[in-house]
Amino acid sequence: MSTTNATPGVVDAGATSLLRFATAGSVDDGKSTLVGRLLHDSKSVLADQLEAVERASLGRGQETPDLALLTDGLRAEREQGITIDVAYRYFATPRRRFILADTPGHVQYTRNMVTGASTAELAVVLVDARNGVVEQTRRHAAVAALLRVPHVVLAVNKMDLVGYEESVFAAIAEEFTTYAGSLGVPEITAIPISALAGDNVVTPSANMDWYGGPTVLEHLETVPVVADPSDDPARFPVQYVIRPQTAEHPDYRGYAGQIAAGVLRVGDAVTVLPSGRTSTIEGIDALGEAVDVAWAPQSVTVRLADDIDVSRGDLIAPSATAPAVTQDIEATVCHVADRPLTVGQRVLLKHTTRTVKAIVKDIPSRLTLDDLSQHPAPGELAANDIGRVVVRTAEALALDAYADSRRTGSFLLIDPADGTTLTAGMAGTAFAEAAAEAAPAEATDEDGWDF
Amino acid sequence: MTTAASITETGPGHEGDSPYALSHLDALESEAVHIFREVAGEFERPVILFSGGKDSIVMLHLALKAFAPAAVPFSLLHVDTGHNFPEVLDYRDRTVERHGLRLHVASVQDFIDRGELRERPDGTRNPLQTVPLLDAIEKNRFDAVFGGGRRDEEKARAKERVFSLRDEFGGWDPRRQRPELWQLYNGRHSPGEHVRVFPLSNWTELDVWQYIAREKIELPAIYYAHEREVFARSGMWLAPGEWGGPKDGETVETRLVRYRTVGDMSCTGAVDSDAATIEAVIAEIAASRLTERGATRADDKMSEAAMEDRKREGYF
Repeated sequence: MSTTNATPGVVDAGATSLLRFATAGSVDDGKSTLVGRLLHDSKSVLADQLEAVERASLGRGQETPDLALLTDGLRAEREQGITIDVAYRYFATPRRRFILADTPGHVQYTRNMVTGASTAELAVVLVDARNGVVEQTRRHAAVAALLRVPHVVLAVNKMDLVGYEESVFAAIAEEFTTYAGSLGVPEITAIPISALAGDNVVTPSANMDWYGGPTVLEHLETVPVVADPSDDPARFPVQYVIRPQTAEHPDYRGYAGQIAAGVLRVGDAVTVLPSGRTSTIEGIDALGEAVDVAWAPQSVTVRLADDIDVSRGDLIAPSATAPAVTQDIEATVCHVADRPLTVGQRVLLKHTTRTVKAIVKDIPSRLTLDDLSQHPAPGELAANDIGRVVVRTAEALALDAYADSRRTGSFLLIDPADGTTLTAGMAGTAFAEAAAEAAPAEATDEDGWDF
Repeated sequence: MTTAASITETGPGHEGDSPYALSHLDALESEAVHIFREVAGEFERPVILFSGGKDSIVMLHLALKAFAPAAVPFSLLHVDTGHNFPEVLDYRDRTVERHGLRLHVASVQDFIDRGELRERPDGTRNPLQTVPLLDAIEKNRFDAVFGGGRRDEEKARAKERVFSLRDEFGGWDPRRQRPELWQLYNGRHSPGEHVRVFPLSNWTELDVWQYIAREKIELPAIYYAHEREVFARSGMWLAPGEWGGPKDGETVETRLVRYRTVGDMSCTGAVDSDAATIEAVIAEIAASRLTERGATRADDKMSEAAMEDRKREGYF
């Protein structure tokens, strides 16, 4: 299939997989140092980039190159010495290609963390070994849980400053694992590191013989990224109708889209939503090649046996496992715009490939991520707030619970006046069922969290 | 090729055990195709910026795949600095012909001839492209403009969105960028505004070359090692031409070189290379200690924020 391999040192294009992951933490936790070291030690920082960092560091009167400058791209960020936005970083090892969404950790940047986590299959949460699990750590864990990031790594940093003591690490790992587990994070891996000294980031530490697990990079390279899609009901949002109407293809009518979940097979009985019309998959074209089976996240073109009305915004799903359609949505949201979201506000709701009018009917509660405390009836949500909303849409949507499908359970609220992205929404219950035991008393309020 | 047929081809030891594994190139290809189709579904007048460089060639290849067996529902726009490599212009014209595409050309020379742009003392025309580009976008009322920019190229680009809103002056305001969550791209814009779309955002230089190899995509010959007359300026090998090189004191010599990027002749440098095949190019890039812009672009060396400043003004 490919002509690119066999050269030593070259990533074999046919064999490497892609892992999208996010880091959350602040400069104080050593996040920039960790990211800088991952890039540097995996030889992803090239000579001219390092020279530029050295030049800039000298210009600021710093004697050693400040690796944080590798990730702070915008002038305002460099001037203020902070990271404002999500920065995407790329590196590769012979086993895997990585896309890193590097996000700032402070509370006013929750929207960036949410953005980075939304596409991540793994999140690295950093703590300072001297401080242990703090408010910020709990917030990062909550964001990972809320966005349903499948794998979480707790990097206990600055182990060199606590004498590489196993007991310090064990206590932090235990506390974090209990907390994140209670939020429903399915897999947690704790790793003791020193980003500055390089312990357990890329190479195993000589200072922590008591630790037998993987380094951060080893874990990133080996964590399974492919969840078996055959267990998920198939979801195929139609993006575009392909009709060549040429002499060669006079009757071709294909529905182009990216499979959002599950597996599609030729011969599957399917329902088109929201119309409810049914048909059978007659053919699947996988970018120039006819196939019998295709799965998420492949981009394909589906042909149906019957000539029924299908257009952009429709969802094709197996008839046996098609989602219900609804105009009433309850969701957990992160408000990402600077102007607030208010009860009664008229918005546009974008769900997969469908955009419909909607009204914010209610904002039952706001949640503080640091301690998961609730604030009933806040009236509005401000930038970086997490809360519950109730939305009524003008047209029916085929919406899954976010817990079941990140791709078809998520949506945006958009300001119809100027197109601003207001709010990121996740349909259904906020945290996994396991949270029920963790946060008992508070959930008694009828309008409160559905723990 | 790849995708579904490769259920049984998935090599041992890589994710291996799932029949549903996708290689990183499959994943990047699927993402880019999704982006092209979103734009086709939501915009009225999209256009692909096509320079004849490798990134724009890969973009066009992905667009062709995204809409097959129908034609690509976009036209092409070439911002012509007037300092083109003849091989690249020839490639551009053959490509347009072969796929029956419509090509718009925005010419820097025309703006200079009309007195609307002035030649710079250093002779480079790269920064002069912004005005003709924005003029073409406005005159043709393009509402979505596909660019081949990649986030791995440069640190201002690292914070660029896939859908990047530009105001009525074509300007980029990093603080006005919309958070981009999941695969939900928000392309809404007011009349006069447009959206730059970057389908290759998540690709690296190496991914682009691996994909070119896998898909057997033809490139202009200057990407492969060849003998060429060059002279040294600002630490790079520039090709002599009507654009104004060499100057006094610069001597021309013949060297075995290739181009890692293709842009305006006045500021795109060649690199010493004997990589004459795609396999050799991939091996060379994998071993390179310099980024492609660091190795070949004089314009990015101007200041720490050179790219950020040009982007704010409406550059690619």
